[in-house]
Amino acid sequence: MNVIVCVKHVPETAEAEIAIHESRKRIKTEDLVFDINEWDDYAVEEAVLLKEKLGGSVTAITVGSEDADSTLRKCLARGADKAVRLTDKAFEGSDSYAIAKILYKIIKDLPFDLILTGAQAGDDGCAQVGVVLAELLGIPHVTMVKKVESVEGHVKVNRELEGGLEEIVEAKLPVLLAVQTGINEPRYISIMGIRKAMKKEMKVLGLKDVGLTEEEVGESGSWITVEKMFIPPVEKEAEILTGGVDEIATKIVETLRAKGLI
Amino acid sequence: MKELFVLAEHRQGELRDVTFEMLTKGMELSQKTNADLTAVLLGHNVQEFAKKLANHAKKVLIIDDARLENFNAEAYQRVLFHLISERKPSLTLVGHTAFGVDLAPSLATELNLPLATDCIDLKFEGEKLVVIRQVYGGKVNVKASLRKSDSYILTLRPATFEAQETKPQGGKIVKIASPLSEDITYKRFIEYFQPPAGEVDIATADIIVAIGRGIKDTENMLVVEKLAEALGGVLACSRPIVDKGWLPNDRQVGTSGKIVKPKLYIAIGISGQFQHISGMKNSDLIIAINKDSKAPIFRTADYGVVEDLFKVVPSLTDKILEEKH
Ligand SMILES: Cc1cc2nc3c(=O)[nH]c(=O)nc-3n(C[C@H](O)[C@H](O)[C@H](O)COP(=O)(O)OP(=O)(O)OC[C@H]3O[C@@H](n4cnc5c(N)ncnc54)[C@H](O)[C@@H]3O)c2cc1C
Ligand SMILES: Nc1ncnc2c1ncn2[C@@H]1O[C@H](COP(=O)(O)O)[C@@H](O)[C@H]1O
Repeated sequence: MNVIVCVKHVPETAEAEIAIHESRKRIKTEDLVFDINEWDDYAVEEAVLLKEKLGGSVTAITVGSEDADSTLRKCLARGADKAVRLTDKAFEGSDSYAIAKILYKIIKDLPFDLILTGAQAGDDGCAQVGVVLAELLGIPHVTMVKKVESVEGHVKVNRELEGGLEEIVEAKLPVLLAVQTGINEPRYISIMGIRKAMKKEMKVLGLKDVGLTEEEVGESGSWITVEKMFIPPVEKEAEILTGGVDEIATKIVETLRAKGLI
Repeated sequence: MKELFVLAEHRQGELRDVTFEMLTKGMELSQKTNADLTAVLLGHNVQEFAKKLANHAKKVLIIDDARLENFNAEAYQRVLFHLISERKPSLTLVGHTAFGVDLAPSLATELNLPLATDCIDLKFEGEKLVVIRQVYGGKVNVKASLRKSDSYILTLRPATFEAQETKPQGGKIVKIASPLSEDITYKRFIEYFQPPAGEVDIATADIIVAIGRGIKDTENMLVVEKLAEALGGVLACSRPIVDKGWLPNDRQVGTSGKIVKPKLYIAIGISGQFQHISGMKNSDLIIAINKDSKAPIFRTADYGVVEDLFKVVPSLTDKILEEKH
C-alpha cells in the first residue's frame, strides 16, 4: 500500500496571545510555536500503521515555507519514508483551493493507492483541501474518517456524523480519506526514529517544478481572498470573578448557593 | 427570475435543523437580491419533506431516486452538477456538516465555481459576495470575498443562523427527473452505526463538570473528579479528552458528542470552539475556568475565572465540601 499524506505546518494558538498584523490580512506569527496540524498528526500515524500492516511506503507532502521542515521531519521520524516540500513565493496567499491545485500537480505523477489528509486545518478550518484534491485527481473520497479497514482493492471506513452516529462506507482504491481526530493514538517519536529520519529523502520543489503559472496559485488562483482579520466582536461577556484564588472560590460557592445548586 | 438554492439535509427520516436555519437566512438574502428561494431536495420517498419545505420556500425542487435515499457524496454531486449547471442559481447554500463537507468542495471544483466553507455570515456588497469565517479556533474572524462569479457555493455553520417561523410560503413543488444513469459502484453507503451507550447519560445530569485539554495529563483527572463528586455532578469533557482515551466517548459534549442542558455547567480548561459550544450553550448557568482571558468560552459563559485550573479547582472543591458540612 503506497500512501501519500498531506500535512500542514500550523501555529499553536489555543493557549497563545494572538495579535493581528498591521496589514490586517494575517496574524503576527513571530512569537507563536508551530507544529504539525492536529488532524494531520492522526493522518500520518494512520499512514504508518497501514504501511506496517500491508507494506509499501509513506510519502509526506506539504505546501509551506522552509519552516515546515520541522513538521516533515516529524513525519519521517514517525515512520514516513520520503518527504516533499512545495515552496515558492508565488504560493503565498493561496487558499485551500489553490493549495489543493498545487498538491494535485505533484501527486498525479506519484504512485499511490491511498491519500490521507486531515479533516481540517486548525488554522483556517476550511475542511476543503482533501476533497478538492480527490476531485482533481478523479478519485473518490471519504471525509470524517474514524476507522479504516483495508479489504482487497477496497477500504471499508467509518465516517463520523453528528451526535456520535457513524456510517460505514466502502470505497474502491485509489481513494482519498480525510481523517478525524481520535482515529488512532499517534506514537511518541523515538530517538531511533529521529536518527533514521536524518537519512531519509527530503525534496523541495517550486512553482516551475509543479507546472502551474503564477496566476493559478496565490491570491489570484484562489476562491477566496482575505479582506481583513479582526478580533470577534463581543456580544455577551462573562462576568469575570476577580481576587485571590480563595476569594474567587468563595464567590463561586456563594453564586451556587444563591441558585440552590449546593 | 434567478434562484437561490438551499440544499435540504435529511438523515434517517428527518430533515435536519440546519436546513431551516439556511432557509431563514436564504429568505432574507433572496428578498434583498430579488431571487426565488428554492429548496433542493434529493432523496427517495420524501414527499412529506417537500411539503414541509414548501412552507419555507418559494419553490421546492425534488429529485426522487432510490440511489439518493442515503447520502452518498458521489451520487449527490452528479445530480447537483446537472441542476446547478442548468439553472445557474445565484447562490447554493449547504450546511457545514458531515454531509456538506463531504460534498461541497468536490461539487464546486467540478462546476468551477468559487466556494467558501463554514461561514458564519454572508452578504452581497454590490456584485461581490463577502463572508465572515472564524479562524484559529474562534479567536479571530476573517472577512473574505469570493472570486467574482455568476454562481457561488457556500457552506454555513450549523446553529449559527436562527431558524424562524414565517407564514407558510406555499412553495411550488417541482419534480425533476433524476439525472443518475448508472449505479455508483466505486463508493457505497453500507449502514449506520451507533456506538453502544455507556452507563452514565450526561444529557440527563443537572450538574456537569467538563474538562478540556487544559488538564494536560490523565493523572490530573483526579482534580476534577473530586470537584464533580463534591458537587454531586457528573464528569464530561471536550473532544481531545475522548481522543486520548481519558474518558469514554459518551462523555463528550458537542456536535459530534452529546447536547446537554444542565442547571450548572462548569467548563474547565476548555477553549470554547464552536463544536463544543453547540453542545452546551443552552445550560442554565455556565462557569468557565481558563487561564487565557481571550478564550472564546468567555463569550458563552455567565461567570468566568481567568486562572490556572490547578489553583482554582482544588480550592473550590474544598470550599464546597466545607459549605456542605
Ligand atoms: C467535525 C468536528 C467535530 C468536532 N466535535 C467536537 C465535539 O463534539 N466536542 C468538542 O469538544 N470538540 C469537537 N471538535 C473539536 C474542536 O474543534 C476543538 O478541537 C476542541 O473542542 C478543543 O478542545 P479543548 O477546548 O479542550 O482544547 P483546546 O482548544 O486546546 O483548549 C485548551 C484550553 O485550556 C486552557 N488551559 C490550558 N492549561 C490551563 C490551565 N492550567 N488552567 C486553565 N486553563 C488552561 C487553554 O487556555 C485553552 O483555552 C470537533 C472538531 C471537528 C472538526
Ligand atoms: N499547505 C498544505 N500542505 C499540505 N497539505 C495541506 C495544506 N493545507 C491543508 N492541507 C491538508 O488538507 C487538510 C484540510 O485542510 P483545510 O482544507 O485547509 O482545512 C489538512 O488537514 C491537510 O491534510
